[in-house]
Amino acid sequence: MYVYDQYDQRIIDERVAQFRDQTQRYLAGKITDEQFLPLRLQNGLYIQRLAPMMRIAVPYGLLNSKQLRKLAYITRHYDKGYAHVSTRQNIQLNWPLLEEVPDILAELAEVQMHAVQTSGNCIRNTTTDQFAGVARDELEDPRPWCEIIRQWSTFHPEFAFLPRKFKIAVCATEEDRAAIHAHDIGVELVPNAAGEIGFKVLAGGGLGRTPVIGSVVSEWIEKKHLLTFLEAILRVYNQHGRRDNKFKARIKILVKAMGIEAFREAVAKEWALVKDGPSTLTDEEIARAKSFFTDPAYEPFDDAASSAALAEQAAADPIFGNWIKRNTVQHRVPGYQAVTISLKLTGHAPGDITDRQLELLADLADQFSFGEIRTTHQQNMVLADVRQQDLYALWQQLQAAGLATANIGYLTDIICCPGGDYCSLANAKSIPVAEAIQSRFDDLDYVYDLGPLELNISGCMNACGHHHIGHIGILGVDKKGEEFYQVSLGGSQAKDASLGKILGPSFKQEDMPEVMEKIINTYVDLRGEEETFLETYRRVGIDPFKERVYAKAD
Amino acid sequence: MPRLIKNGEVVTDERWQAPDAEAEQAAPGAIATLAQWQTLADKSGSAVQLEPGDGVEALLPHLNELALVAVNFPVFTDGRGFSYARELRQRGYTGELRAVGAFIRDQLHYLSRVGFDAFQMLDEAELENALASLGDFTEHYQAAIDQPLPLFRRRA
Repeated sequence: MYVYDQYDQRIIDERVAQFRDQTQRYLAGKITDEQFLPLRLQNGLYIQRLAPMMRIAVPYGLLNSKQLRKLAYITRHYDKGYAHVSTRQNIQLNWPLLEEVPDILAELAEVQMHAVQTSGNCIRNTTTDQFAGVARDELEDPRPWCEIIRQWSTFHPEFAFLPRKFKIAVCATEEDRAAIHAHDIGVELVPNAAGEIGFKVLAGGGLGRTPVIGSVVSEWIEKKHLLTFLEAILRVYNQHGRRDNKFKARIKILVKAMGIEAFREAVAKEWALVKDGPSTLTDEEIARAKSFFTDPAYEPFDDAASSAALAEQAAADPIFGNWIKRNTVQHRVPGYQAVTISLKLTGHAPGDITDRQLELLADLADQFSFGEIRTTHQQNMVLADVRQQDLYALWQQLQAAGLATANIGYLTDIICCPGGDYCSLANAKSIPVAEAIQSRFDDLDYVYDLGPLELNISGCMNACGHHHIGHIGILGVDKKGEEFYQVSLGGSQAKDASLGKILGPSFKQEDMPEVMEKIINTYVDLRGEEETFLETYRRVGIDPFKERVYAKAD
Repeated sequence: MPRLIKNGEVVTDERWQAPDAEAEQAAPGAIATLAQWQTLADKSGSAVQLEPGDGVEALLPHLNELALVAVNFPVFTDGRGFSYARELRQRGYTGELRAVGAFIRDQLHYLSRVGFDAFQMLDEAELENALASLGDFTEHYQAAIDQPLPLFRRRA
């Protein structure tokens, strides 16, 4: 993974000093609340319902064991002993003290971490595929490009006061696991007609109250032009994005209003000013970025022998075998497998992890996966480089710690924002709804029989739980002070991205497990052989679901 | 006469007065609004103030004639002026580029990076204290007006 040199370290250390001074001036009454707001936000600090909430950046989801141990220490020393993995692959603390945030930032800087631009109207953490670098279907590793974007966007002086937040995602696979169509800018590594790999660039995707799938700004640009092209898009947005209405301020609204043709022209005009200038990437810089993401010391294994040995273990212990089937994926290197650690144990808030679990995962990462771990936008964690022969030992330790729930990609692997329990923006609670649904569907065999099913829950329009792109989406809404839940069906975050369609009038919280059951039963009755929920929905449409859910009880 | 930060120190501006948007034409010595400035027959040595939304387009044919471009920040969270400054500098403007209005001390460093060399704050009493914020960072990743080479072209 990327390692800081003296420049990176100096920049981060100076940021800590800057925010320490700002916090002191704020506490001394020399900065108003209004002025302090964007300063603290761009250092990851929200003021929430019960306490400040602090969002720590995990650049493109990559952490090492030293960082995990530091996070465990921070949650124990400065918080209540647990952290939360967010849908942008970041780590959130729910109970830090404002006065102590500069100290937390200093602790983070010791392990090359920070909370830079994790909120506020600026360029946020760049995200990518959690299987980057190990996926079999990958064109090339997207992480060097994420790191190049991270450095360019960190403290970018021109784009710190944008009309609204700005999110960039990068992917390098046919099956898009980074949801690039739902980002302000989506970048995809693709070959051109001559076979040379470059970038396809999308803009204007996004969720929130006006969900939109991104439009293509350029089908292909040369790699060296990545930063100047991004700069041109941002400059058009910074000058022309709406600032009169917060709900119409995202770039998706600008792209719609201008039309993609006019938007492309405006970008081309700005690009002409900076293209081939000093921000053009050099071969040396690209090689430098790539040098941090080379292969770890993989051992040679015989593919067939290693797989056969694993199959034998799986057959001997069906619970282990089931976990292998549900929570691990193939690795591009023979003899290795990537393991997803589910943070979706029923009865626990989705994405939450304790200090002890963080420390255990640090040990397991050291023992089994070259000391690295990843966070996922589905709010789980990944050990990407585990030898097949080690999977059983790893699983035993995970199981003892409550981290071996075998539900990745299934109904109970719910994506869920912190909701009204923590977040002051939320209209409604989301965690109790997730827990009630998990409890209703507690028969894992039944859940497996339902096949791949993504359930995404957001407590408000801001859509942190990505409800629009869940196969089933749930949105908390406020109806005259009461919490209600609106259900949508048919969303997808994959290559065939689509936005969910609203089922009908919203429901009370206590009715949600029942509503889910009716939706699921409708699917089970209508599905063809081997047909997934999404495929069935796309074939039959929303009406059969609507009829069943809203049918009057006889 | 306003006090402001210019080229890294606090000075008094004895030359320019704030624009008067009500006047049909800018008085001698006053900074013109964009509308007033556009009616000037002779733009040499002139001064204009851009508001958010004005854009820089109208200024481009006259960059060599302008003595001062002021960019107003009616609210500090409206960041359009950051792009105006960078664009003016990138297109060759070398005269004084002054930030005016409600920007805050904690933005000075970014403002100076995108090409502003003068800062007229609402609270003049803050100017001396604010000088410290100009140097919040001594190293940067990206190219900007103060450092035209990105770090990746300078890393030793």
